[in-house]
Amino acid sequence: MRYMIIGNSAAAVGAVEGIRRTNVRTDSGREILLISDEPRHTYSRPLISYWLQGKVTEEKMRYRGLDFYDKNGCILLPPKKAVRLDADRKKVFLAGGRELDYDRLLIATGSSALVPPIPGLETVEHAFTFMSMDDAVALRKILTAETRALIVGAGLIGLKCAEGIRESVRSVQVVDLAPQILSSVLDETSAKMMQDHLEKKGILFDLSNSVDRFDQNRAFLRDKTQIEFDALVLAAGVKPSADLVKNAGGRVGRGIVVNDKMETSLPGVYAAGDCTESLDVSSGEIKVMALLPNAYMQGECAGVNMAGGTASFTQAVPMNAIGFFGMHALTAGVYTGETYVDQDQEHYKKLFYGGNHLNGVILINREEKAGVYTSLIRERTPLDTLDFDLLCRQPGLAAFAQTGRDAILGGVL
Amino acid sequence: MDEKWCLGCHLCEYYCAFAQTNEKDMARALKDRKIAPRIQVEDSGNVHFAVSCRHCKEPLCVKACITGALSVEDSVIRIDPDRCVGCYTCVLICPYGAIAPAIAGATAPEGGGLVVQKCELCLQNKMGTPQCVQNCPNAAIVYEDRG
Repeated sequence: MRYMIIGNSAAAVGAVEGIRRTNVRTDSGREILLISDEPRHTYSRPLISYWLQGKVTEEKMRYRGLDFYDKNGCILLPPKKAVRLDADRKKVFLAGGRELDYDRLLIATGSSALVPPIPGLETVEHAFTFMSMDDAVALRKILTAETRALIVGAGLIGLKCAEGIRESVRSVQVVDLAPQILSSVLDETSAKMMQDHLEKKGILFDLSNSVDRFDQNRAFLRDKTQIEFDALVLAAGVKPSADLVKNAGGRVGRGIVVNDKMETSLPGVYAAGDCTESLDVSSGEIKVMALLPNAYMQGECAGVNMAGGTASFTQAVPMNAIGFFGMHALTAGVYTGETYVDQDQEHYKKLFYGGNHLNGVILINREEKAGVYTSLIRERTPLDTLDFDLLCRQPGLAAFAQTGRDAILGGVL
Repeated sequence: MDEKWCLGCHLCEYYCAFAQTNEKDMARALKDRKIAPRIQVEDSGNVHFAVSCRHCKEPLCVKACITGALSVEDSVIRIDPDRCVGCYTCVLICPYGAIAPAIAGATAPEGGGLVVQKCELCLQNKMGTPQCVQNCPNAAIVYEDRG
């Protein structure tokens, strides 16, 4: 059996571990083939901003140990992009013409930066996206203490980049069309708290605004102001890399369509991670949830199924743990329904509930036992089975009925 | 953990915090210090029980860890402090609230660089066996490998 995985990040690693927990490797077996166009050992993409900040070395960015491929019987092919898939003949074609056969294929191609078609972008000398280690390396190469950085997009990627470079450059200015930062993750109040905090650290914001056009190192904004800059980072969003499946005739919506087993509509072809769309159980909507935990779990589920086991992944929810300069936001689910709010100057807790379920949570500097809330959202736990008033004030297992707690904590045998 | 036998005495928390200091004398180790135990007692009326890592067979924290700092070694969920960047994804996903941000200045080995902490069954300190189990006066906390 030859397993082929296109990708080398969280979903791919999840799949390798899923395959190996189902089908333990035989000594001669090196039947998992990984294809990636990045010439690197598997690394944690979210750490690229930490690397810019000097908080981790490249060595510490490895998502798995150096023996990962050997131990799991994998071959990581020399970096080449997979350009075409023929699902009927079970073949993948690489750039340069090489063709490879597979028995089971996983598409774990992730996502790429959405580059808005702003006029004059081609005249900007130093323009970057911020998705990969190569992006971070290229950015660092041109940064100096005199650099004025302009970041388009106040989402997670743009702001992590802002944090990563703040200490090493002259100024960081962030422009976003939305009236608040982190508009896909935070509500207005929590976004304002985070914005105040970031501004205190020297990051400048220009919200409800956008770049109309660029002319070399000058941005012309919608409100007729101009910004001069030395480095431009485009962080306006990401798009699933779904072309291989799409061009092979597989079903693609916003991302690759998969079922609970991570099978695509093409026989023998699975997909996992940022390149897919999936059901958000907190909102009931089909979404692209480009999040590392979901990517790993989807990949693992795909791997188990590829190896002949049985697994399904049905509990995807949006979920973000994100900190900037020591202020932490933990969020999960969807922000609809009635609310419970508890806040002071530096802390914020907002719960969203309705229809006997917890729908979402936003926590700023309130990490304690946050996972208890996330679990209620993921599991769709009926709220009338527990003490919800207590839970609002204090997340913990005390709010559960004793029988449920015994099941978790053990009780006596 | 059997809550029927838990007195809510919180001794497990003290023994846990003490174990992390690697010191010999508990009074000296903990006097005037904020403790940051990896096992925590919840009290609600007459109900008391202690919660620590369940070392889940399907550990969401390990699967969700963005750096690979959390891993399963011999059925125990371990954390490599060198690879943890303190993003708190594990805190956000553990259904039991058993992983917590480490508190600066609280009981932890000096210079350990710990960013989040969880029960590692005392394998990462000098004790080597779970001190909450060993010192629970009513044997409410037990250690059992349930396969």
